[in-house]
Amino acid sequence: MAKPNKSLPRPTPESQHFWDGALKGELLLQQCDDCQHTYFPPRPFCPKCANRSVSIIKASGKATLYSYVINHRPLPGFDNPHSIAVVELEEGPRMMTNIVDCPQTPEALVLDMPLTVTFEAMSEDIKLAKFKPAEA
Amino acid sequence: MKPKSIAIVGAAETTELGVIPNVSQLQLHADAALNALEDAGLKLSDIDGVATAGEVPTNLAYYLGITPTWVDGTSVGGCSFMLHVRHAAAAIESGLCKTVLITHGESGRSRVGTSNSWPRGKSTLSAQFETPFGAVAPPSMFTIPVLRYMKDFGLTHEQLAMVAVVQREWAAKNPRASFRDPLTVEDVLNSSMISYPFRKLQCCLVTDGGGALILTSAERAKDFPQKPVYLLGTGESVETPLISQMEDFTTSKAFRVSGKKAFEEAGISHSDVDHLMIYDAFAHLPIYGLEDLGFCERGTAAEYIAGRNTAPGGELPMNTNGGGLSYMHSGMYGMYALQESVRQMRGIAPAQIENAKVSVAHGVGGMFAASGTIVMTNEAP
Ligand SMILES: [Zn+2]
Repeated sequence: MAKPNKSLPRPTPESQHFWDGALKGELLLQQCDDCQHTYFPPRPFCPKCANRSVSIIKASGKATLYSYVINHRPLPGFDNPHSIAVVELEEGPRMMTNIVDCPQTPEALVLDMPLTVTFEAMSEDIKLAKFKPAEA
Repeated sequence: MKPKSIAIVGAAETTELGVIPNVSQLQLHADAALNALEDAGLKLSDIDGVATAGEVPTNLAYYLGITPTWVDGTSVGGCSFMLHVRHAAAAIESGLCKTVLITHGESGRSRVGTSNSWPRGKSTLSAQFETPFGAVAPPSMFTIPVLRYMKDFGLTHEQLAMVAVVQREWAAKNPRASFRDPLTVEDVLNSSMISYPFRKLQCCLVTDGGGALILTSAERAKDFPQKPVYLLGTGESVETPLISQMEDFTTSKAFRVSGKKAFEEAGISHSDVDHLMIYDAFAHLPIYGLEDLGFCERGTAAEYIAGRNTAPGGELPMNTNGGGLSYMHSGMYGMYALQESVRQMRGIAPAQIENAKVSVAHGVGGMFAASGTIVMTNEAP
């Protein structure tokens, strides 16, 4: 398990499915049953057309590195320095994450590089979706 | 708002700026408010509208002994005061109140009597989908979009450093600025790494201070001791509380919407602007601001700044107080951008732009989350 991190999220009724999925190693998105818009973060209606009929879909876990910073200031629960990144999922939505299994340097962290999801347990109830370089 | 129907008749900052360990946050609001009242030649009983952020307006009204008929507690981060100005103008124009006091006070550095804790809760969108990854502080959040901008438009580390260098030149002219010694690009690029690609001198200060504004109708403005500064145009918008969900990492939708609204209402073009303030919590903000407000084509603002166009002697003087990078930054800097625009329009700024007639103050709230834009002029209706 990762180092203790005080800022563990507390799911809401609208996001519980996402966190349940993460616990099982699945990255879950939502898709509108009408306009097919795929979106994140979770909410029980389509942010494009307001339709309440939406489905939970499993993402492929493939993504590319959209942008990031490398934080150099000490932060409890993190090795220093560490990346704070935004990835673009194959399905379209972007999400914040950390890039792991990779040197935390500008040389190693190249924008648009292919990534795959990996889940990191923070507690018994919470796993975080992190991303690592895709196998060549 | 009808252009020039509302005027700023009182404006002041706190008596001191910088490190103020002996004054609480609420008293910083009050100190700025009392200074602005004196500036306007008004009594507390003349104020019938109050707006503030950081503190709830109830705290402010009670503490100052004001019984308002109009209250605005819009709190969308550092540009809240731009939104207060816009809302106050609408309120005065529609007769909800006559004289509005807008205050800011923040013990950003000394943390004396602060009421706002951050981050809030564990179930907010931020707490669930950003905070767990270490996105807990502006230096490592606000800066996340920049590598994408650098790749897409070829922005260089040196150009990003130049923003801080140029603003230090303005700060050197301002006795109230926190940092006044000259800077070079090398100094900036050799300062300690905070959050790659941002180094310490590309990040704002953290200081204590406050400011206050008093607004009333243009008809009444003639009777005040100070030269009135008229509102020409106003804009506001919000995009997302999550930096990761910003639509495009190279441009702010909130900036574009707010700026366009303000320019349209003012009925001005960019060449009419003599003086510009763009909230600079970090060095990339003036770049995004210049482009999203329409002063520069996409991808060209860094070159424009590096070419000294916004520096002393340049065609578009920007952040003439030294900005959040060198003047002061309490946390919600928007008030200080407005104060400098008012000083420039009154003709009393330490780095006064000669014959300046139109000033634009553009603010950001959160991490590109919100925006407010105010266009002012010193030309009477
Ligand atoms: Zn839809």
